[in-house]
Amino acid sequence: MSLTRQDVEKIAHLARLSITEDELPVYVSALSSIVNFVHELSKVETANVAPLAHPLDGQHQRLRDDVVTEGDNREKYQANAPSVAAGLYVVPRVIE
Amino acid sequence: MLHNLSIGELAARLNSRELSSVELTRHFLSRIDRFGPALNALITVTARQALSDAAAADVRLGRGESGPLLGIPLIHKDIFCTEGVRTSCGSRMLDNFIAPYDATVVARFKAAGAVMLGKANMDEFAMGSSNENSYYGPVKNPWNSNKVPGGSSGGSAAAAAARLAPLTTGTDTGGSIRQPAALTGVTGVKPTYGRVSRYGMIAFASSLDQAGVFARSVADAAPALQAMAGFDSRDSTSVDAPVPDYTAALARPLHGLKIGLLREFFEGLEPRNAALIHDALAVYKELGAETREVSLPHLPSSVPAYYVVAPAECSSNLSRFDGVRFGYRCENPVDLLDLYKRSRGEGFGPEVKRRIMTGTYVLSAGYFDAYYLKAQKVRRLIVDEFRAAFTQVDLLVGPTTPTPAFDLGAKIDDPVTMYLNDIYTIGANLAGLPALSLPCGFIDGLPVGLQLIGPHFSEDRLMCAGHRFQLATDWHTRLPAGYA
Repeated sequence: MSLTRQDVEKIAHLARLSITEDELPVYVSALSSIVNFVHELSKVETANVAPLAHPLDGQHQRLRDDVVTEGDNREKYQANAPSVAAGLYVVPRVIE
Repeated sequence: MLHNLSIGELAARLNSRELSSVELTRHFLSRIDRFGPALNALITVTARQALSDAAAADVRLGRGESGPLLGIPLIHKDIFCTEGVRTSCGSRMLDNFIAPYDATVVARFKAAGAVMLGKANMDEFAMGSSNENSYYGPVKNPWNSNKVPGGSSGGSAAAAAARLAPLTTGTDTGGSIRQPAALTGVTGVKPTYGRVSRYGMIAFASSLDQAGVFARSVADAAPALQAMAGFDSRDSTSVDAPVPDYTAALARPLHGLKIGLLREFFEGLEPRNAALIHDALAVYKELGAETREVSLPHLPSSVPAYYVVAPAECSSNLSRFDGVRFGYRCENPVDLLDLYKRSRGEGFGPEVKRRIMTGTYVLSAGYFDAYYLKAQKVRRLIVDEFRAAFTQVDLLVGPTTPTPAFDLGAKIDDPVTMYLNDIYTIGANLAGLPALSLPCGFIDGLPVGLQLIGPHFSEDRLMCAGHRFQLATDWHTRLPAGYA
């Protein structure tokens, strides 16, 4: 198993990560070795084994009463935002 | 010296008013000043807040209040949100992030009257086994400054080993408490998945992440776990089950305890390391425990299974860092896509990007069944084998790591070699089991860890077994040279 330059460019795009030209071959090599390593799993016999997503038995998604539990913390939360105007998050223009 | 006293002894002095929390806090802050910078163990020191919290603890003590942690200093891993204090997670992405609320773990220690001294260095987003992936630089091992302290909770482990605080918190997704505890010669406890709330603990791999503690001894870790553990409605995977009295559990007898030696943990283990584990087993036999060999044939597959499941969950969790709502934003984005890509590309370090891309790959169309679903099936095989083992024995014992601390820089260019460092710790995460690491000897002047793994919610049994070992040995009392 070996990933190509095009594979890594596609993955980086899907993950919304900019990768520089210099970094690209490093990631091609590192990701190929990681994918090779995890490919060992294909040797394990798993017919009739159900996938496991949660390590504990008998757990279920809890529901709570549908009532308001949080107050308005907009200003507090937006204090961490890179750019805010009139209580809104500012991003580059999306619609011309 | 105060930093060599147990938490029980410190609490007794605080409760009798022989010692004030302000004095104790000043003592540890001065150790942080003296040793912290060379070790690079802390990202943020909150001295002023600590002294004010200590004064508040003294007021409570003066009113006759008491508690095992009231007025006791601690350091939090910088993965836990601390209201009004920078919470960086070891990343450039969050270098400017001031947490707007406290993690449940932080809130519970505050309620118990513990005094936060600062935030510990860590591998970026808890991804790493050497603490070399931090945006704030690597942490040094107090036993040898050319060696790594382990990771990802490397700053917490080094701080505990250098006695910069009686307690430090950590998180363990694939060994990130136990491995650095082993490499720095301290006690590290990773509880059952769901035992401690993950609310406000920055997410890496949600089905594996669990908070725990580092301390000088199991007896010191017990009141800390007591404060942290228990149901929290704000964490959807928090388990609503009673929490036993961990300190009381330490006094239980060990006689008749059945200990399993995991055969797979000894295959290929360096002879000197294996000899120390067998010495520890001899201690347990003298204490009245029985030992037998058990086998988990699928355990060797735990590392590749983990390096599918954890990156998959990481790629999903870290999608929240978009350069819009909080965290790093690139300069002069030309459009929204450029803003996302460059903010993430510049804000995340190389290992985090490798894992996000690995996760994106294994979840992508055409590969999901072969990798992600396959890994979840292998995960079930491993969980079932642990369950079967615990019908024969009460707990499992083995090494925590394949070798003592390695050189800084030795594995940083080879991710797969670095990943194999987690070979003995990952099984407990995949199965959600509680586990701890105890100091059990030295090789070439570097500490070696003994790992105990128990069934779900057996922290009381594990800590009792760890405590009994520490009553019979003195490895946990050794201090690195220069830190007396």
